[in-house]
Amino acid sequence: MPEQPPKERVSNFREVALGYAPDMALAEAARCLRCKKPACVAGCPVGIDIPGFIAALADGDPRRAYAVIRQTNSLPAVCGRVCPQETQCEQACVLGKKHEPVAIGRLERYVADAFLADDACEELTGAPACPAGLEDVRVACIGAGPASLTVAGTLAARGIGVDVYEALHEPGGVLVYGIPEFRLPKAVVGREVAAMRGLGVRFFTNWVGGRTVTVPELLAKGYRAVFIGVGAGLPTFLNIPGENLIGVFSANEYLTRVNLGRAYAFPDWDTPVYPGKRVVVFGAGNVALDAARTAARLGAQRVAIVYRRTENEMPARREEIHHAKEEGIELFCLHAPLSFTGDANGRLVSVLLQKMRLGEPDDSGRCRPLACEGEYCELATDMAVVAVGTRANPLLPRTTPGLATNRWGYIGVDEETGETNIPNVFAGGDIVTGAATVISAMGAGRRAAATIAGRLLA
Amino acid sequence: MANTILRKRRLIPGQTSELVIDAPHVAAKARPGNFVILRVCPTGERIPLTIADADADAGTITLVYLVLGKTTAHLDTLEEGEAILDLCGPLGQPTHIRPHDGLVLCVGGGTGIAAMHHIAKGHHQAGNRVTGIIGARTRGLLLFEAELAAVCDTVLVATDDGSHGRKGLVTHLLEECLGDGSPVAEIVAVGPVPMMAAVSEVAGRFGVPCLVSLNSIMLDGIGMCGACRVSVGGETRFACVDGPEFDGGLVDFKELAQRLTAFRPMEQQSYAEFQQHHVCRCAN
Repeated sequence: MPEQPPKERVSNFREVALGYAPDMALAEAARCLRCKKPACVAGCPVGIDIPGFIAALADGDPRRAYAVIRQTNSLPAVCGRVCPQETQCEQACVLGKKHEPVAIGRLERYVADAFLADDACEELTGAPACPAGLEDVRVACIGAGPASLTVAGTLAARGIGVDVYEALHEPGGVLVYGIPEFRLPKAVVGREVAAMRGLGVRFFTNWVGGRTVTVPELLAKGYRAVFIGVGAGLPTFLNIPGENLIGVFSANEYLTRVNLGRAYAFPDWDTPVYPGKRVVVFGAGNVALDAARTAARLGAQRVAIVYRRTENEMPARREEIHHAKEEGIELFCLHAPLSFTGDANGRLVSVLLQKMRLGEPDDSGRCRPLACEGEYCELATDMAVVAVGTRANPLLPRTTPGLATNRWGYIGVDEETGETNIPNVFAGGDIVTGAATVISAMGAGRRAAATIAGRLLA
Repeated sequence: MANTILRKRRLIPGQTSELVIDAPHVAAKARPGNFVILRVCPTGERIPLTIADADADAGTITLVYLVLGKTTAHLDTLEEGEAILDLCGPLGQPTHIRPHDGLVLCVGGGTGIAAMHHIAKGHHQAGNRVTGIIGARTRGLLLFEAELAAVCDTVLVATDDGSHGRKGLVTHLLEECLGDGSPVAEIVAVGPVPMMAAVSEVAGRFGVPCLVSLNSIMLDGIGMCGACRVSVGGETRFACVDGPEFDGGLVDFKELAQRLTAFRPMEQQSYAEFQQHHVCRCAN
């Protein structure tokens, strides 16, 4: 798939991957063997009929290809871009055993981007007509990220009214505040939201679930069900000295400034972002890479990702690691932070690192990082981004009497139905699983929506 | 229309105004100590402002702001009948207000006097005896004296230049109150960081609990980004969801003051450009 050249893209926020041209998509689709027992489908968290949509595309029927995907995937243009296909569908592709697997994600993106639906119903479902809206049957979603958007779109397409309450000023959740424009343009999310509005979904921004409105109040207002999809919570910090120096940011803050606040367009947009020149990023997931690549685009002279294991153990997508290295991001592996040092004004000037080595595999199957006693190094830095995960946001559970959570504060649900211990209150996404993927949040949204629709349309 | 400015009062022309805003869903929940996050234009920044008063029946909240940078300057261009683009709240933990036998001393400085007013009112409504202690550089910069008189048993005033009330600082008045022998249950302080630090120091000396309301930098305000983190008793806490009020004796005010300067050059740039052009470049 064509990409912006690394030298060019590190100075802009436009999308890195440019998408297939029609002839490329058809050629790639023709590679699919149309297996009778497709392993790829089993590898997809939402079970898309992958050979089905690829065959339709290859046969010259993009409308059917789109409809096949939409049967089980509510956000194909998003998933085609940010799903870890290499550990899901594409890993299972039989072609991958000897050659490159079929580029399923890229084809999914192509179909979602290229197909122009006739109306909001077809846009959201691939079906030509959606049932008329039911009177007085409304469902509330709290949060407007991938889980809630999936619930909203799925229910709206079946005639159920949905009101989405979002705490920030823009719908989309992590798709808008977290994932950078260069991986997922906000226009892609905007298209989904517009289609949902077209089907009667109402978005109430600046409504904080648990503050402006609570779950019991929503039920009392007459909503037949409430879906909680409030996403991740407070960032985890490293818990080392100097962490509150100026110049040390959580990835959530750094990315929210740049993405939601469009700080890359400062001063045309008002939200400022810290102008780090020598940047270190702690963590090795997709969020860490997003932060590092963002810093490079904002003019950092040097960006290093500091990770206590090695590149092989990094949980980020391979493609994104590859992209990051192309853009000059250094991987500073086998190092762990010990302390930050600041100047008299409280500004970060350096970080002390402990050298590490790999030991035996731990419970997660990854090699355990062990400290090399007495071996340290100091990196000069004016900006550090901490991307080592998040905790559960306590706002919703705290204000929903009786809602069952586990000991980490995540909401408990029935895995089949998505329902919490409170009848007709559902939950899904990061507030249930802890930090996970867009597609798993979407899968949870589909399960909850199926249960809700089954009850309300029975 | 939601978030419409119903009344605007210029308390200190060009510097501080009071807005009464139609926001029924915020007003219904707003408690003393809560704040809102607002945005003025589509390309604007999110800023936190403490709720100075709320009227659930009328469906209104009152905000008082000091023009400090671009967003507050832009906010100050809005007139009655115009609406604030985004208004999110109420946020933060409300003030823990319970009945006391002793006095509650509510100390306010600058724009913090307005924020403190809501807390003093809460204590008054809970049946507590409240003494308001407020200060400003000079008489013309003193806010909310009359409003406080309505909810305080006594209001004491200090100005740096002696143009109104006692010449000196609020901490001088505070020390006198604490020294005169009448039992004081609690001190609440809202204002500039040096004032809150000084009040906390005095409170500690007299062994009286002191609550301060912190104005750290915030972005989402809903417990997601960690921008507002402060050190309290050696632990990192988040002003937006754990606060904004903390035990003043435990707050690292030096760190707070430093962290407030994190984006100073960019804030100055934005403000200077706004003053030059006096327009919002609403890109839409």
